[in-house]
Amino acid sequence: METEAAKMIGAGLAVIGLSGVGAGIGSIFASLISSIARNPAARPQVFPLGMLGFALVEAVALYALLISFLILFT
Amino acid sequence: MAEAGGHSPLEQFHIKRLVPIDLGGVDVSFTNSAAVMVVAVVVITVFLTMSMRRGTLVPGRWQSMAELSYEFIANMLRDNVGSEGRRFFPFIFTLFMFILFGNLLGLVPYSFTFTSHLAVTAALAVVVIIGVTLVGIAMHGLHFFSFFVPKGVPAVMLPLMVPIEIISYLSRPVSLSIRLFANMMAGHTMMKVFAGFVVTLGAATFGVGGIAPLAMNVALTAFELLVAFLQAYVFTVLTCLYLNDSIHLH
Repeated sequence: METEAAKMIGAGLAVIGLSGVGAGIGSIFASLISSIARNPAARPQVFPLGMLGFALVEAVALYALLISFLILFT
Repeated sequence: MAEAGGHSPLEQFHIKRLVPIDLGGVDVSFTNSAAVMVVAVVVITVFLTMSMRRGTLVPGRWQSMAELSYEFIANMLRDNVGSEGRRFFPFIFTLFMFILFGNLLGLVPYSFTFTSHLAVTAALAVVVIIGVTLVGIAMHGLHFFSFFVPKGVPAVMLPLMVPIEIISYLSRPVSLSIRLFANMMAGHTMMKVFAGFVVTLGAATFGVGGIAPLAMNVALTAFELLVAFLQAYVFTVLTCLYLNDSIHLH
């Protein structure tokens, strides 16, 4: 198999992991919305934690994207 | 993904030497990355000093922004570290502003994002982790290493738990640096890729087809603005949390 074709396949396979990240981000925001709905007064405490959680989950998405770019472009 | 001209979307991250300086075989040239770092420091200093030039009790717009940024970090330190965190405010504030302005300056066209290089973010993360560890050792002496022994663990499991705790502690600078670097690099690469689509789709359809990737690029730029703030906030908040771990063991 040519290197170019193998690179394309590798890059495609590498981003399959993003499905887990989608589920994770949805879960974080589902719990954020539901906790704000139950107790709107807690919003200033809960919202920064929600953003921290989102950024941590997104970091995993970017690890996968990083590997994909590395496979594709080097 | 090399286009006809051989340009890859990763070319925007190349380091160019602006002023080649050679110190006995060590390359310490003034690069485009260093130039943007100098610009970031100048912008931060000018913003903070000029905004507080005429400090009134009821702040004007610029003074409001400077005070907002001060309060934001001061509250973050107080919430995450407690009153002992006050001593570390200059460091945390500098860290936050440097990363924030580094991320934001990268969004300026034809500029350079110095936080998109693993070397830069790894340096910041290593400074944070060594600083935090030294603070813990200075404060608690050798008792600091009791941090690696989780509470309520039977002695039989300790030979397994302690190495796991040490490894997860050492993985903190790794995740800190890669999170920031990967976010910045991926965001800018995506913008470059869609910009390439504008050209190729536009060339094929007399310019009309280029509108869709352009709209996507506008949305991506807005998203990257959010990510710039978010990543600076996350780096700083995690630093505060690690500092809290060192100061109040467990």
